[in-house]
Amino acid sequence: MSKNEMIQITYREAVREAIREALQRDERVFLLGEDVGRYGGCFAVSKGLLEEFGPERIVDTPLSESGFTGAGIGAALGGMRPIVEIMTVNFSLLAADQILNNAATFLHMSGGLFNVPLVIRMSTGGGKQLAAQHSHSLEGWYAHIPGIKVLTPATLEDARGMLWSALEDPDPVLIFEHQSLLNMEGQLPADAGAVDIDRARIRRPGSDLSVITYGASLFKALEAAEMLAGEGIEVEVIDLRTLRPLDDATFLTSIASTHRALIVDEGWRSGGISAEICARIMEGAFYELDAPVERICGAEVPMPYAKHLEEAAMPQVEAIVTTAKRMVRSNG
Amino acid sequence: MNAKSTGSPSGAQVDRVHAHHLLHQMLRIRRFEEKSAELYTLMKIRGFLHLCIGEEAVAVGLCEALEPEDGVVATYREHGNALARGISASAIMAEMYGKQEGCSRGRGGSMHIFDNKTRFYGGNAIVGCGLPLAVGLALADKMQGRKRVTCCFFGDGAVAEGEFHESMNLAALWQLPVLFVCENNLYAMGTALERAQSATDLVRKAASYNVASSAVDGMDVLSVEAAAKEAVTFARREHKPYFLECRTYRFRAHSMFDPELYRSKAEVEKWKQRGPIVTLVKQLKKQGLLNDVELEQLEQQVAREIEEAVAFAENGTWEPVEDLTRFVYSERG
Ligand SMILES: Cc1ncc(C[n+]2csc(CCOP(=O)(O)OP(=O)(O)O)c2C)c(N)n1
Ligand SMILES: [Mg+2]
Repeated sequence: MSKNEMIQITYREAVREAIREALQRDERVFLLGEDVGRYGGCFAVSKGLLEEFGPERIVDTPLSESGFTGAGIGAALGGMRPIVEIMTVNFSLLAADQILNNAATFLHMSGGLFNVPLVIRMSTGGGKQLAAQHSHSLEGWYAHIPGIKVLTPATLEDARGMLWSALEDPDPVLIFEHQSLLNMEGQLPADAGAVDIDRARIRRPGSDLSVITYGASLFKALEAAEMLAGEGIEVEVIDLRTLRPLDDATFLTSIASTHRALIVDEGWRSGGISAEICARIMEGAFYELDAPVERICGAEVPMPYAKHLEEAAMPQVEAIVTTAKRMVRSNG
Repeated sequence: MNAKSTGSPSGAQVDRVHAHHLLHQMLRIRRFEEKSAELYTLMKIRGFLHLCIGEEAVAVGLCEALEPEDGVVATYREHGNALARGISASAIMAEMYGKQEGCSRGRGGSMHIFDNKTRFYGGNAIVGCGLPLAVGLALADKMQGRKRVTCCFFGDGAVAEGEFHESMNLAALWQLPVLFVCENNLYAMGTALERAQSATDLVRKAASYNVASSAVDGMDVLSVEAAAKEAVTFARREHKPYFLECRTYRFRAHSMFDPELYRSKAEVEKWKQRGPIVTLVKQLKKQGLLNDVELEQLEQQVAREIEEAVAFAENGTWEPVEDLTRFVYSERG
């Protein structure tokens, strides 16, 4: 294939391609989770992989999140490179003990003897009217935990490229795939491959305001930026990509030139990743600021089912636009 | 169960009025679910929608055995349990529309039906999470000297979760009147029971925790009702848990997003032959307890109820957005 050839692909397919490539490249890799095989994946991400790679490598598990996540940790310790799939972040709480008390601590507890090269993928986020047990954004919570890395691929390129880098990492890596991005479609180079997993990216340059975000909110921020550009406000949109370790250098540098920062996070505000980002700005860019840092976060409520309430509970483009305008116009 | 030779699967004797009542209840659930599927394709109902078509006898048989003061804990596939328990079709339908007249004010949707009057504690969509709840409800009854039973519905898939095992043990250890009802429809999404369990005899699993247990043909409402009555009586009298496995089958997809790659059409068809409604109708007709006119009357009665439920939901109102953060903490005063 030619180097510049582009292919049309969905986010779902990009993740599937990444898994397929990993299975082909490294025979220690296998996929483990509920309904990843026969059913074809609860969000159809792993569809077709069972037929291609067989049941030894596409392993259906019973409903035992703690059990199979723990088994993934054990297999990683034993020399394999498991990709554990948990259907959604809410269910990962049944495995939270294994993730926090085992995966994240093993290296340290053993004084550096045992590392856990494990990847855990799960879906996250709201917008599908799945209510309060299927829609939360807990990636910021996981970012609280030293010992694991937390990735939030938003773009097709990252959906395709982060998995391999995560598998090459010697330590546990959690990958959060936002439910509402799975059907997103776009162009990707046919030979797209691994990408770094430790740097934020500026997805749109601008001079008036830095919008710091990640995951599905990235596209809301970009849409808002486009609208604001029409009104002469140039927003710099930063995609964090990785919530732990947090690449603060990128947003601090951005703020040094825009002097304003707005954080957009679908997770809850209190004690969330947005609070951490805000604190880093206070520590690292306080004297650069022309206006108080602001946040647009998920409302502090379990996710409601009704559509209009769910929308009201999540960051939306309109709120980003109005907040950005207010911040830029209330000249400091 | 005492097997008298009436030609019915269960052998249970049944009088006409009661038979019609059971059939009516199952028809209510069946038609409600069919309407829900239709409304889903019209995008009136959103989110996940799990239908219990094929499993009606389990909900109806169990709820017949419960007293009004007993408690019920159910799963996300709970419309049938809720209807049989006595929550109105209108309140459930409005909930699925997301209207504030819904039984959970539109906050919960299809997977989170709640009702305090009938002590219906969800509508729980984390597989297995209802079992410890039921243990706690029964513990509270025991501590406060009440004679209530808590009936906990869950699927075969939940048996693989730690919470199943922890709850069996706790309920037996603390001698709590919980009726654990496993709606064993042979699949957890696409995972067949024998691909999820090293030992597929669920009754033996429960028994290993010293929980009295039995299995029943979940496609025969009379058998389910009889077994449920025995189980409820046991739990109430002995202050002990009981595990009842109801062997049933879901005729529809797991949810509205399931291409059903994991089972054959022939298998589904075979089970449909044993459907709880066709079976009962056939049996009652054979025994001269039901004729076509009566059946048609029941169908019309059900159709009217469902029409009213849809109208109620359509005419419902949206909760004001200003109320978004209500019910995060209790409102006092
Ligand atoms: C802890 C948890 N893991 C996974 C899921 C996703 N999920 C929803 S229903 C289901 C299958 C459950 O099967 P079963 O318990 O047999 O009930 P059924 O759907 O057959 O009624 C799964 C895997 C979930 N809701 N909760
Ligand atoms: Mg099942």
